[in-house]
Amino acid sequence: MPPHAIRCEGLVKRYEDVVAVDGLDLEVFRGECFGLLGPNGAGKTTTIEILEGLTSPDAGHVEVLGAQWSRDGHALRERLGISLQETQLADKLTVEETLLLFRSFYRKGRDPEELLATLSLGEKRHARVGKLSGGQRQRLAVACALAGQPELLFLDEPTTGLDPQSRRDLWEQVERFQAGGGTVLLTTHYMDEAERLCDRVAIVDHGKRIALGTPAELIAQLHATNVVEFATEPRLPEGQLSALPGVSEVHAAGEGWSLGVRSLAETVPALLAVVDASSARLLTLATHRATLEDLFVAKTGRKLRDA
Amino acid sequence: MRRHFPPLLELTHARLREFLREPEALFWVFAFPVLLALALGLAFRGKAPEKIPVGITEGPRATATAEALGSSPGLAARVYEARAGREALRTGKISLLVEEEGGLVYRFDPTRPDARAARLEVDDALQRAAGREDPLRPRESRVAEPGSRYIDFLVPGLLGMNLMGTGMWGLGFSIVNARVRKLLKRLAATPMRRSEYLLSQMLARLVFLVFEVAILVGFGWLAFGVAVHGSLVALALVSLLGAASFSGLGLLISSRTKTIEGVSGLMNLVMLPMWLLSGTFFSWERFPEAVHPVIRALPLTALNDALRAVMTEGRPLSALGLELGVLTVTGVVSFLVAVRVFRWQ
Repeated sequence: MPPHAIRCEGLVKRYEDVVAVDGLDLEVFRGECFGLLGPNGAGKTTTIEILEGLTSPDAGHVEVLGAQWSRDGHALRERLGISLQETQLADKLTVEETLLLFRSFYRKGRDPEELLATLSLGEKRHARVGKLSGGQRQRLAVACALAGQPELLFLDEPTTGLDPQSRRDLWEQVERFQAGGGTVLLTTHYMDEAERLCDRVAIVDHGKRIALGTPAELIAQLHATNVVEFATEPRLPEGQLSALPGVSEVHAAGEGWSLGVRSLAETVPALLAVVDASSARLLTLATHRATLEDLFVAKTGRKLRDA
Repeated sequence: MRRHFPPLLELTHARLREFLREPEALFWVFAFPVLLALALGLAFRGKAPEKIPVGITEGPRATATAEALGSSPGLAARVYEARAGREALRTGKISLLVEEEGGLVYRFDPTRPDARAARLEVDDALQRAAGREDPLRPRESRVAEPGSRYIDFLVPGLLGMNLMGTGMWGLGFSIVNARVRKLLKRLAATPMRRSEYLLSQMLARLVFLVFEVAILVGFGWLAFGVAVHGSLVALALVSLLGAASFSGLGLLISSRTKTIEGVSGLMNLVMLPMWLLSGTFFSWERFPEAVHPVIRALPLTALNDALRAVMTEGRPLSALGLELGVLTVTGVVSFLVAVRVFRWQ
């Protein structure tokens, strides 16, 4: 068995006036959970839909589970589980009916009864899809994606709009699927989701890959373990900040600054001393552990959510 | 939990369930045509022929004239003061006014059919009262047979209209809705055979058809005595072909449309002319002869004519070549084009 679940090179997709995907290369290995991370409009959905065989690229080569869409499309569909962004299943059907419908499309697959139990939908089996909560709907979407016992699972923004408990439930499902030997490709704009679930992550922006690696490797690229965000009136000059002890990165963040630092204990007292000395007024001060979000800010100068 | 069935069955079953769980759709498909038939059947039901109202201007001979006209069963006569009589005629309250200017004068508008009928009835009554003997006295035999009434014309038309409406809406709305909700795209991402999805939509449609036809035909028979003169098998086959033909058209209309508003507009664009032209409420032969070939090429005309031929005239299918041909070609061509251009996302 080839080690690659997905391999694509030089992927390009243009829509009328925008280049959605701009020469993207990706390799996803069997058994790993791979995350495509980026802001809205970065080209994540276009990319995943090309890999799913729903959109054809303008250029580039795609290989999924050792097969190509143009040659073995139909056979390939038997081996994939797909959850699209924003699909609304039929409101008038019940959970059980929906699952049986999807199960019927696959030659072999999982027992719907067992799937309902696994996804904690047993009690809702006779409920109409239109009456389900957002979290239950998303679990049903995943159940439908798993109905054909796929080798590779595609999840496009699986937890967008869900409450924290539903998100954790869904993460558990993904981990369980992966533990059973499955490969996962997911897109998300939640950094914590990527850090928790993904073995490797590609950060994409404007259809291009701007970073690739394990979450730990990517955060290590920041040369900082923590981030200090603050704002003063008037604004302090950049030169004064990069001279502070332990500061590895300085980025403008809105009205204020964002500093990547090795150690909070080293930098924060020094920063406060500088603020005092300059007789500026401190408006806000916050610190947090460095995340993938900070890497995105470092690479693009924008935040993920409002990018 | 039961085991799953083959995909075609699951898809058809799902579509049937969705439809049955939609009370509004049930109303439009099953109740609405029955209510329409009831309303129109009552409005145009056969009544005793109405008497024609006529007026007589006051004068020396008015009483004698009124007496003579009163003896005629088809006339309702009334005496007016001169100005009031003219006024009643002008406003259409009476169809004819008998005046005296030396002799008698019939004042009426000859372009109105009721006025010409009044002229004949009034003249007859007055001539007989004046002593005319009719040399010929034929017996009258009045016709009010089932089959010749308006309701007999109407029920097959309503059936045709309903088959068109539910065929086109039933498929069009459901498909465009699934496209808007990205459900089509989700289905296309499974190994489901795409032709099976389209086929299941048509199959589900044909299942409703049985009930639709049975309810309307049964209602016409029970409430108004509208009989099926031809064979029930022929009626079933014509209905089936009609429903399949309009399902194909519905599929075509919805094959690329991305919004519910878009498909509603297209549906109306296609159906409205047929409601008017295809002889649902009145015979299409009333339109100028120059447009008859166009009207006859419309699938609803073909369906209405075929249904009437079977229900009222009792003709066999072999006599309906043109109509069945139009329906078959419409259905097959639209289905094939729809499958080719169908947009899954």
